[in-house]
Amino acid sequence: MLLRRCGTDALLVEVDSLTEVAAVRAALEGLDGIEELVPAARTVLVKGALPQVREALATVDLTKAPENHPREVTIPVIYDGPDLDLVADTAGISPEEVVKLHTGATYEVAFCGFAPGFGYLTGLPASLQQPRLDSPRTKVPAGSVGIAGEFTAAYPRATPGGWRLIGRTEIVLFDQKAETPALLQPGDQVRFVVA
Amino acid sequence: MNRKITIIRTGPQALIQDLGRPGNAHLGVPPSGAVDPDSLKLANRLVGNDEAAAGLELLLGGAELTTDASCTIAVTGPHTRLWIDDKLADSHQPLHLPKASTLKVGTPDTGLRTYLAFSGGIDVPAELGSRSTDLLSGIGPDPLRDNDVLPLGTPNVPIGADVVPPHRALQTLVIPIRLGPRDDWFDDAETQLQQGEWFVSDRSNRVGARLSGTKLNRRDGEIPSEGMITGAVQVPPDGQPVVFLNDHPTTGGYPVIGVVDRDHLRFLGQARPGTGVRFRPID
Repeated sequence: MLLRRCGTDALLVEVDSLTEVAAVRAALEGLDGIEELVPAARTVLVKGALPQVREALATVDLTKAPENHPREVTIPVIYDGPDLDLVADTAGISPEEVVKLHTGATYEVAFCGFAPGFGYLTGLPASLQQPRLDSPRTKVPAGSVGIAGEFTAAYPRATPGGWRLIGRTEIVLFDQKAETPALLQPGDQVRFVVA
Repeated sequence: MNRKITIIRTGPQALIQDLGRPGNAHLGVPPSGAVDPDSLKLANRLVGNDEAAAGLELLLGGAELTTDASCTIAVTGPHTRLWIDDKLADSHQPLHLPKASTLKVGTPDTGLRTYLAFSGGIDVPAELGSRSTDLLSGIGPDPLRDNDVLPLGTPNVPIGADVVPPHRALQTLVIPIRLGPRDDWFDDAETQLQQGEWFVSDRSNRVGARLSGTKLNRRDGEIPSEGMITGAVQVPPDGQPVVFLNDHPTTGGYPVIGVVDRDHLRFLGQARPGTGVRFRPID
């Protein structure tokens, strides 16, 4: 674990894996005085309460992923994505087996970014861990469900994107007018089901 | 019955801004809020508002508006001339705007952004706890258009006026910067920052102040996306630094050579394109 200074009141905590990111996030979550806590692929950015943060980090066990998930979320998906056949061919299986694999796994929101409410979910079965498209789409429709590398995600809004799209959901992932605007938050446990 | 203002003309850009919605970066939501928060807070104090009330952020002034009931207003930021029913008035003081009168905001003498507070504050619905327009992610009210009507909240009794000199934008800014978190991506980051010379590019906006000038030499490649804070100086492969302002993305994959303190950031936020920029690395 490496602590990198980030201005006067923030630190970038650098670790080696997503499991370690989750451990750091869980250790810091809820500390008084923290203004921002932003997990990412190999880092956790924390702003505010630096003395308490350093104290908490001194005793964190990085090997232990947090066991408590604040929430469990189920996302119904219509598996008719434009890249479903490509994903099946790449994995050497049928589209039906892709759906079975994708709905059979349990995922965790590792972090959010790219757009409000866009959660990067880990837990993707190995044969579905596939590269991005060679040429990204200029517009991925809102609700699209895709895979890229070790992650799967649902697009909260229409944006450009290079993920391989296997389906779509009609669930609202981000509503800025709602009391709880984001469906997914770091640490949430997620399952996909056939709509 | 709420008092209302009607925007007759927006000028180049008129946005509703308060102090933003920090604390939501883990959801991918930028902090947003006034780029020059000190000026918005001052304008609010002058009209008896809570410092965090929503007002207008005008780019290069030029707005014209009217009100359906009398209210107290104040304009802050760089020094700007105003006209109330064609009678000349000044920025940086509370002014009475009579019912059905017309306020014209001139172009500021220097700088970019003027702030306009109304007694009671602008009372549009908040999103994620803030009324700020976020131009990156489209959260908050849309940028204002001509003829928009905005409700005002209930005014407080002013508790006294500040005397604060108008902000004066300089020809060249010398900005203190703290190295890190990714200064190890650069050969001698401190010397490169100290010796470089830049100017504010006309592609700057509320997302970032884009600087043009000395190329910062860095390693090739990208970092897995990591959290970004306001004031982070990101260096893309072309070596031209971008200083993140209030509507910055919450994560990014280019190395951050250093971070500008919040207290100095507003000077960059007020800098017109062409303004010179030098960095002074500090510990």
